[in-house]
Amino acid sequence: MKVRIKFSKLGPVKFLGHLDTMRYFQKAVRRSGLPAAFSGGYSPHMIMSFACPLGVGVESEAEYFDLELAEYVPTEEVTQRLNDVMGEGFHVAGTTEIEEGKAGNAMSLVAAADYLVTFREGKEPDGDFYAGLEDFLSQEEIPFTKVTRKGESQVDLRPNIYEMQRRDDGIFLTLASASSNYTKPEAVMKAYADYLGIELAPFAFQTRRLEIYADEGVEGERKLVTLAYAHAARKEDEN
Amino acid sequence: MRKLALSDELLMQIDKAARYIGGEVNAVVKDKDAVDIRFCMCFPDVYEIGMSNLGMMILYDQFNEREDVWCERLFSPWLDLDKVMREQKIPLFALESQDPVRDFDFLGITLGYEMCYTNVLQVLELSGLPLRSIDRTEGPLVIGGGACAYNPEPLAAFFDLFYIGEGETVYDALFDAYKENRENGGTREDFLIKAANIPGIYVPRFYKAAYNEDGTLASFEPVRDDVPSVIEKQLVIDMAKDYHAIKKPVVPFIKATQDRVTLEIQRGCIRGCRFCQAGMIYRPTRERPVEDLKASAHEMLQTTGHEEISLSSLSSSDYSHLKELVDFLIEEAEGKAINISLPSLRIDAFALDVMSKVQDVKKSSLTFAPEAGTQRLRDVINKGLTEEVILKGASEAFHGGWNRVKLYFMLGLPTETEEDMKGIAHLAEKIAETYYDIPKDQRNGKVQINVSTSFFVPKPFTPFQWCGMFREQDFIEKAKVVKNEIRSMLNQKSIKYSWHEPDVTILEGFLARGDRRCADVIELAYKKGALYDAWSESFHYDLWKEAFAETGIDIDFYTLRERSTDELLPWDFIDAGVTKEFLVREWNNAKQETVTPNCRARCSGCGVRKYKGGVCYEGKD
Repeated sequence: MKVRIKFSKLGPVKFLGHLDTMRYFQKAVRRSGLPAAFSGGYSPHMIMSFACPLGVGVESEAEYFDLELAEYVPTEEVTQRLNDVMGEGFHVAGTTEIEEGKAGNAMSLVAAADYLVTFREGKEPDGDFYAGLEDFLSQEEIPFTKVTRKGESQVDLRPNIYEMQRRDDGIFLTLASASSNYTKPEAVMKAYADYLGIELAPFAFQTRRLEIYADEGVEGERKLVTLAYAHAARKEDEN
Repeated sequence: MRKLALSDELLMQIDKAARYIGGEVNAVVKDKDAVDIRFCMCFPDVYEIGMSNLGMMILYDQFNEREDVWCERLFSPWLDLDKVMREQKIPLFALESQDPVRDFDFLGITLGYEMCYTNVLQVLELSGLPLRSIDRTEGPLVIGGGACAYNPEPLAAFFDLFYIGEGETVYDALFDAYKENRENGGTREDFLIKAANIPGIYVPRFYKAAYNEDGTLASFEPVRDDVPSVIEKQLVIDMAKDYHAIKKPVVPFIKATQDRVTLEIQRGCIRGCRFCQAGMIYRPTRERPVEDLKASAHEMLQTTGHEEISLSSLSSSDYSHLKELVDFLIEEAEGKAINISLPSLRIDAFALDVMSKVQDVKKSSLTFAPEAGTQRLRDVINKGLTEEVILKGASEAFHGGWNRVKLYFMLGLPTETEEDMKGIAHLAEKIAETYYDIPKDQRNGKVQINVSTSFFVPKPFTPFQWCGMFREQDFIEKAKVVKNEIRSMLNQKSIKYSWHEPDVTILEGFLARGDRRCADVIELAYKKGALYDAWSESFHYDLWKEAFAETGIDIDFYTLRERSTDELLPWDFIDAGVTKEFLVREWNNAKQETVTPNCRARCSGCGVRKYKGGVCYEGKD
């Protein structure tokens, strides 16, 4: 049985890196006593796949991983048993069963993600910071210099920004997040600040991931479905 | 949600922020207003190392079982955070509550190895506490414990109290005395006097050392009538009743050095190696009942979710019910992909059988610790491992598919000759030859033998506590002898040699057998920037050299000198169980190359029978 588990990561645990978060859940699954399936070989490991790495310092209301179980367990029970052994900051929001064979691993499904970017106390920008949003988005192209370990490269952010609007005291974003077009909210914020001609103070804002989506649209039409319900692996079907 | 002591901005800029946030699974959080005593338990090294320390975790679990005590954890901030905390004057805080250390009732510091001493001062300073006990009139009482507390003197100036022995036994009495003193409106000094009368507790300020003209200790005595002149080590005698088995070990957020369940199977060692401090101070050998171990293993795997369990002891092979325990663990691990790690196993047929069941033979290597290169020197150090046994074990292992061997030796042991150094190369060569004696079609490629030497450091309460060490250059020469001899061996291509740096060894030797006067060097070296001396990347011997020069303290006096057995030693006021008569006898046996049998073979009359338990009374009840 394969299940997809949705969890939140809030508070101090946001400082756990991706690998440590994976280790955390491997141990949590063991504590829960769920019948995890293991790979073969001399050093067997849990068959587990995380959807989308979360940056250190970023909170999330919706992270996902797929887990293979050796026997059937009702999904509510999976959620309950994991929550019984969760520590501070982690909470399992729900579990869905994924059809055997048909589903790809969670990571290959990821197409987009929602983020809420808010400013830290005392680091809020001036009042009309949000006024330029519409013009910023009406640009044909948003060139951005991406700095990676391998060097610099020029990318166009515009097609990767699916949504960007003011919400409460921050900015709500829906960004492309597949491995081919993964876009960091920090990059979009930097591009916007550059567009306004202002410089944001270091660590001026904090980011929270709100949801992760798969794209179940056809023929170039986008249809975002939260990962919890993205059972059909579109990419695999196409292959 | 708990509020962190460090800002998000700061945590984003330092390495491995998860070291400082607390909140791990099984970490204990209590209402601070509902407890009487707040105890901050510190291991003065980085989180990943400290979280692997079993002693600290036992006490953490035990203290928190008391409703009136909340014990929290503290580790040394790494160099990056250290710098920021000093610049921004951020007070050091405990992990669970994130409250400043200075608000606690006790600061307990585990002294696992000498090279952490400057880190102790870092913890005190960053907590905002005066370094010297005598200058602290408020704030937490600073108490030290652990292996290095058996010679507490170099650190005596910095601690209010030391606990000599195993922590499980008298902390309850200490806490009760603390509460009583507070209820009675007693002063800090009043409490220390009470504490000094609890067995195992040493309060340095109530004792005075005087020195002879030649620098040796002339006298060491209490300055008050109401404190004992001898401090007796405390230990758990009944391992079934009084051993504190951890139920829910804290699960580190980041990968600790020991990212696994640690199951302590016994304390002490029957072997009596003359260089080994642990083998002397943890006497008598006391085994935990195998049924307790099974229950404990099951429970800890359950409560942590760790994927590995490791047996902990000085010599696992000597545990009477090892086979039963290992069989249980193998069964327990079945289908759960749990690794079983068995360190300190003597390589014999049983060990090889077990190892082939629990690990991948192709990936693992065999470890032998002959410690010395010739039988003569092995007799001197009472290491009961013969060449015959090593070669037999290696041969059996090679036939079983192993082809990697690690060999550990020490250089600079008493009575060592060039022949002994060269013997290291010869033994490695014989092991290689044993491998190549196997027909080609029956062996698994080439053999790889890793020879590693460290330099011997004499430790208090061992038969070698009187012996002298060597100069840096002499140590290097010894390593060169080994290196050249290995290069001249037929199978030299199969033998790799590595050795430890001598400078850190010499400093360790100084701190291990130091006296009260050493505090000035430690403090000055620390003030000059010495920190994390146990880490080669941050060990700066130059700073220590400057500190020696400026304080006028002669390191050679402490390291090079062979002491007379009549000399009053700085740690003689501690009763560690083994008597001085026994240690002298063993020192003489060493010089005469006479072997002393292990505790099960024949009692050597070391003095620990007085504790009325353990191996001394096996089969006699």
